[in-house]
Amino acid sequence: MDWTFWLEWVLKGFVLCLVLLTGFAYLTYYERRALARMQNRIGPNRAGPQGLLQPIADAVKLFFKEELTPARAYKIVFFLAPIVTVVPSLIIAAVIPWGTSFQLFGRTITLYVADINVGVLYLMSIASIAVYGIVLAGWSSNNKYAMLGGMRSSAQMISYELALGLSFVTAILLANSMRMIDIVNAQSSWWFVVIQPVGALIFWIATLAEVNRAPFDMPEAEQELTAGYHAEYSGMKFALFFMAEYQKMIVICAILATLFFGGYLGPFVDKFWFLGPVYMFAKVFILLFFMIWVRATWPRIRYDRLMSFGWKVLVPLALAVVFITATGILLAQELNNQLYFWAIPFVSIVAAGIAVMMIYRELRRKAYERA
Amino acid sequence: MTAEQIVFLIVALVTLGSAFMVVTTRNLIHAALWLVATLFGVAVVYALLNAGFLAVVQVVVYIGAIAILFIFAVMLTRKDARDSGPQTHKNWWVGALLAVASYLGLSALVLGWSGSSKAAAGLPSGFDAVGQLGEALTSPNAYVLPFEVASVLLLAALVGAVYVAFNRK
Repeated sequence: MDWTFWLEWVLKGFVLCLVLLTGFAYLTYYERRALARMQNRIGPNRAGPQGLLQPIADAVKLFFKEELTPARAYKIVFFLAPIVTVVPSLIIAAVIPWGTSFQLFGRTITLYVADINVGVLYLMSIASIAVYGIVLAGWSSNNKYAMLGGMRSSAQMISYELALGLSFVTAILLANSMRMIDIVNAQSSWWFVVIQPVGALIFWIATLAEVNRAPFDMPEAEQELTAGYHAEYSGMKFALFFMAEYQKMIVICAILATLFFGGYLGPFVDKFWFLGPVYMFAKVFILLFFMIWVRATWPRIRYDRLMSFGWKVLVPLALAVVFITATGILLAQELNNQLYFWAIPFVSIVAAGIAVMMIYRELRRKAYERA
Repeated sequence: MTAEQIVFLIVALVTLGSAFMVVTTRNLIHAALWLVATLFGVAVVYALLNAGFLAVVQVVVYIGAIAILFIFAVMLTRKDARDSGPQTHKNWWVGALLAVASYLGLSALVLGWSGSSKAAAGLPSGFDAVGQLGEALTSPNAYVLPFEVASVLLLAALVGAVYVAFNRK
């Protein structure tokens, strides 16, 4: 453990934070431009060429905004809540591998900050800490609407965390390891999205709920729900919540790319190390586009339906998918027949189809009762 | 003193200090937050002992689920989070006596054990701690019975909670 070792760690952590912060700024630009295209508008195009300086203008505006603290707020907690929201969204990225490794000054430098043998569980634990910021922000504002909003969002996050954890389990089962590097390397022949498409889909839906994105974006519902936990926040404190949301979007797309879309793997990545981050960036970029697309096309889901969808559909379906995956792997191993392994995607899709059928029938029945 | 010992001492002090704050602070939400700090300290102790899996599970289960439920319960049931009643029970000395007795007993046990003064041997490289733990929990020669009994107990508690909360028309 010499000092260069520590220097390497500090530098890598610093670069990662920098990438995420810049990524956050330009993700807002990307989202606004892409949304505008889908809605037949132009979007921000005034500041700089093609509006490229818009995020900087936004940041300057937020710095100069007046920051209000409600008179009866619980000051310390009110101040702490945005920090508690932002920090997990940064440190969760520590275990994501962005590439293989390269040689610099005779040292092998790996393209990830930490390689821990329980990487996937680390993701779960940090995601569960993120709930605190929202609960505390809602409570410390001393405003009943903010508190109800905080309750709503945190209940949503805790509920969807179960489905999220179970979809992690499918990837762990397929890779036979909880280490992120092993999970990526296990996908060198087939991406896990091919073997377990339903697991990836559940992950996708659950993460949309985890980061409070459309169609599960209750905190954005100003008109009908008086926004959410951040109703009393303004200026930079509000910007921190905003930042956490967008950083979580980036990180969660990176996790999805790592667990189900082959991570940094791609053609020639074992020859040229710099292709790893490029592939990773491309995958994250495409997945982010899907997130924006969902926001542009789907109306917000009602809160009680959101909860019943999470508990009555996603969790049972995720359990079934985990069972199907585990059974398929075990049968292929015991009977030495790869046919069972390749039955996993088909049986999973059938299970998902049954779930969709059941939702459809339930909704039809409700419509019939109302009529 | 090695660096590891210094880190351990700092973590232990922080953990004990926040545990002390849990029982002395008047504001219930602050008490819950100090409890989170205490649980986090315990997780760091696990990490120092090379038990990464336990450390992460400690964070997921205790901080991510149990402490958040405490905060929910306080927020939903109390209008004022400040507690004004007396902070000690009239039988506090019995509790103190029990605590001192169990501390002395544990110390005597640990000091009497020959391994307590030896440094821990490093794990062999490629040691699959998580796999070993999983096998220990599901192998009939190891701990499958206590593990299953604990899960049945938790299931019973879950069913009981639903039964208590169920609104019979």
